Amino acid sequence: MFVAKSIAADHKDLIHDVSYDFHGRRMATCSSDQSVKVWDKGDDGEWHCTASWKTHSGSVWRVTWAHPEFGQVLASCSFDRTAAVWEEIVGESNDKQRGQSHWIKRTTLVDSRTSVTDVKFAPKHMGLMLTTCSADGVVRIYEAPDVMNLSQWSLQHEISCKLSCSCISWNPSSSRAHPPMIAVGSDDSNVTYSGKVQIYEYNENTRKYAKAETLMTVTDPVHDIAFAPNLGRSFHVLAIATKDVRIFKLIPMRRESANSSGATKFEVQVMAQFDSHNSQVWRVSWNITSTLLASSGDDGCVRLWKANYMDNWKCTGILRGDGSPVNGSSGHAVALNAVGVPGAAQMVVGAASAGRKKAQLMPG
Amino acid sequence: MEELDVEPSTTLIPGVGFHQKHLGFEWGPGDLLVYETNYRLQGPRSASSPLVHIVRRDEDICSPILRKLFNESHLIFVGLQKLKEDVPSKNKKSQFVSVSKNYRSVIRACMEELQQNAVSTREGPLASQYGDQVSILLAIELIWNLCEVLFIDAAPAGSLLLLLLDWVRLHKSDVDTRAREVLQSESPALHQSYWDVVISLVLQGRTDEARQVLSKQASLRAESSSVFKRMDGLLQSMPIFNPAGTQTLTEFDVKWRHWHEECDRCLQDNTFASSRQLETICKILVGDEDTLLEQKELLSTWYHFLVTRLLFTHPTIKPPDLHYYAQSSMNMFLGPRASPEPLDIILLSAFEFDLHQVIKDCSIALNNWWFVAHLTDLLDHCKLLQSHNLHFGSNLREFLVLEYASGLFTHHSLWQLAVDYFDHCPEFGRVYLELQIERVPLDTERKAIKVLRICEDRQMSEQVRSICKIMAKRALRNNRLGSALSWSIRAKDAAFATLISERFLQDYSNKGSFTDLDLLDNLGPAMLLSDRLTFLGKYREFHRLYGEKRFSEAARLLLSLMTAKIAPRSLWMTLLTDALPLLEQKEVIFSVDQTYELMSCLEELNLDSKDSNQTDQDEDIESTKTELLRLALARNLAMAIVKEGTIET
Repeated sequence: MFVAKSIAADHKDLIHDVSYDFHGRRMATCSSDQSVKVWDKGDDGEWHCTASWKTHSGSVWRVTWAHPEFGQVLASCSFDRTAAVWEEIVGESNDKQRGQSHWIKRTTLVDSRTSVTDVKFAPKHMGLMLTTCSADGVVRIYEAPDVMNLSQWSLQHEISCKLSCSCISWNPSSSRAHPPMIAVGSDDSNVTYSGKVQIYEYNENTRKYAKAETLMTVTDPVHDIAFAPNLGRSFHVLAIATKDVRIFKLIPMRRESANSSGATKFEVQVMAQFDSHNSQVWRVSWNITSTLLASSGDDGCVRLWKANYMDNWKCTGILRGDGSPVNGSSGHAVALNAVGVPGAAQMVVGAASAGRKKAQLMPG
Repeated sequence: MEELDVEPSTTLIPGVGFHQKHLGFEWGPGDLLVYETNYRLQGPRSASSPLVHIVRRDEDICSPILRKLFNESHLIFVGLQKLKEDVPSKNKKSQFVSVSKNYRSVIRACMEELQQNAVSTREGPLASQYGDQVSILLAIELIWNLCEVLFIDAAPAGSLLLLLLDWVRLHKSDVDTRAREVLQSESPALHQSYWDVVISLVLQGRTDEARQVLSKQASLRAESSSVFKRMDGLLQSMPIFNPAGTQTLTEFDVKWRHWHEECDRCLQDNTFASSRQLETICKILVGDEDTLLEQKELLSTWYHFLVTRLLFTHPTIKPPDLHYYAQSSMNMFLGPRASPEPLDIILLSAFEFDLHQVIKDCSIALNNWWFVAHLTDLLDHCKLLQSHNLHFGSNLREFLVLEYASGLFTHHSLWQLAVDYFDHCPEFGRVYLELQIERVPLDTERKAIKVLRICEDRQMSEQVRSICKIMAKRALRNNRLGSALSWSIRAKDAAFATLISERFLQDYSNKGSFTDLDLLDNLGPAMLLSDRLTFLGKYREFHRLYGEKRFSEAARLLLSLMTAKIAPRSLWMTLLTDALPLLEQKEVIFSVDQTYELMSCLEELNLDSKDSNQTDQDEDIESTKTELLRLALARNLAMAIVKEGTIET
């Protein structure tokens, strides 16, 4: 792996979240400087900041894009106890020439009594639905019934989790075989309720979300949670960032027809557990094809995990800061590999060093 | 099969980790964004301006020359998938060998181009990058060629050695260059590389050429010509197995042993004592290991040593016996302290017929899945993976092909190749394609249509709908109503079509004319998608008929829009107002019955509007309009009655 490009994000404080849009052509960054910036990738492959504005009166923790079917829509959540929805409006022609666009606030969601820790859009087949979770232990699901009018959102569900919530993840699968499912992680240090991951499922009959499962084996604070994209599997895969990286397999058990109104029962298995970070793990995220999982930990590393065709998981790469202070501007590409001379081609396998390297033919 | 525990490589991100100790990340299409952050949320503020770094895994995809490799191998891959199943196995084998050769020639072509570029470019780092890529491709072709010989061609004893000789010769081309240099020089026999060339040729079993070069020497030294003649004789009489000939392997073996004994006798008789070099050559012919090892520099690789050794000691080697010689050759050549390179290990695994190890080691060592995906696919077609007792035979192939194709998908033009690869992965290909094709950026209409066609061809209806919706929404945002409408029609999105039709109508009432006439005039059956759309289409048709002065048709259409309830109530006033010019024509256009219907529509409208709350001004306008209409309708009614009552004489 190598650093292809570096972009000066120009935030005046820490960046807390970066989010690509669905097609990977736009990017949003949010920061403790209370603002959100939107970046567009030009035809030349360069990133240009096309909007930058103050969004909240506190640090902005997360920013996320809605599916492009709903237009150009962003949601952000903040320490200031609110979440907000933003829509890009097509600007004046001279704005376009200057490469600037305008985002206006469509709504502010003020129901939370504490810092809003995560904001996520539900899968698009559910309509335009926004979900937030807060340190007050409540997961709120909002819906915009008229997708052409984004200023109208109604609070459809309030799920009380009894524990301070830190992260949520929707099951992205749109299969009709199972109802909508959301996983909630808690970083609460409360020991009475020991299972820190709860899974809620929508019940067609009661029209409410009911708890389907609590992962009792996860007893330490959970910082991030992510369902894997479903690739034709009959079971669900959930990755959890806690004191280590854990991947769970949730196998829906067949319901007896008499009991079909209850929540699905799951058989829970641990697919993999990695403690290589040797410390708290703060983020986990799947790539688009769910063939790679990335995790970030207290050790300052991002690790990549991959399963081979035998379903054996291994770490296939590590990213780490070199601890040097930034030396001025951004821009030029730096190709660095910790092992081996930059640019050299060496096919190495076995003992000490690297996974993915190049080959050198024996002289001939 | 145990997995070698390979340590993952660490990539350092410069300028990160000094102020804040955590590394945030976000997955992107084909890359990873990383940035300095602090997850603990309460920590020191960051004073510095943070950077976001884009990290990539695969540089190869960006190279334009390698792109040619991907493109051409894609054609071969697709052709391979389409090979008929019912061909007899003997012909199948030759088909597969030919496919293998095609792949290799594509690799070679790519290598040559890279080599040319490496030589011609002025930039240092670029040249070395090209050089690296050439090295990799050389290694790949070497391995592939060996796999072709051992697995796909599956040469039996006799032919096996011949093919291995070809293999060695192909990958040691400097012998030809040097030979040419020597022969073209003024006095070849005195050239400093003369004997090296002769010995190299002998080591490769190229006896005829060796003789040719030797003859230069013979003409020079008349007195020792008999010795040279003797050597010439030995070289000429060396038996070479002919697989196509009538001689059996046993017969060949006998003949070869005779010849071998003759060479040995020459040594014993000290025939070549007068020439050290000729003596060396004779020792080589006899297969003396120490002499062979002395030629390390000329052999340069242990596998050359292996093949040469076999040529002169055991030319009838059988495939299962190969591995023993391979292992010992490698040990002898490399010596006790040298440790084998990955390439050596892969070749050794091939000689041991451990296909799976070959694939695995190649997967680990190489940056891109191209090689293992295509090779494994070919081997799978040869039914070689299953016979090696891998219960996940076809899954391995699919796994690798999916990996390769997924990597292609992130590229702005190569993604189209990936589609074919997914098509030929029966288990997961479709679902992978569904997931990834939605993410292809729809930069232009043309690209969107390209993506759509792929989805439509495969009946991926949800993806079709989604892409059309995205395009429709985008068009609507940019106020391109015609484009938005045609996309919604394609998406079969009735709700959105209704919305856009409303906009059209709004535009019409604001500006007095329609935009996108071409589209509206040619809606055809698509009109039926939504009621509002149907109305829009028909309303436009009314205007067109009016413009063409086909007044009675226009009149009939206008009336039907109201009576058939196609027109929304809110637009009835507009329609009735549109009827005015028709009512005021000199000729009677609306018949008596039609006029009565119009009147009842007007009254219906009046009843409704009594409930709505309008401003005084609006009410005034409305009542004026109503009055005008009533007057016009009454007048028309009168004229119509008269007209219909008159008998034509």
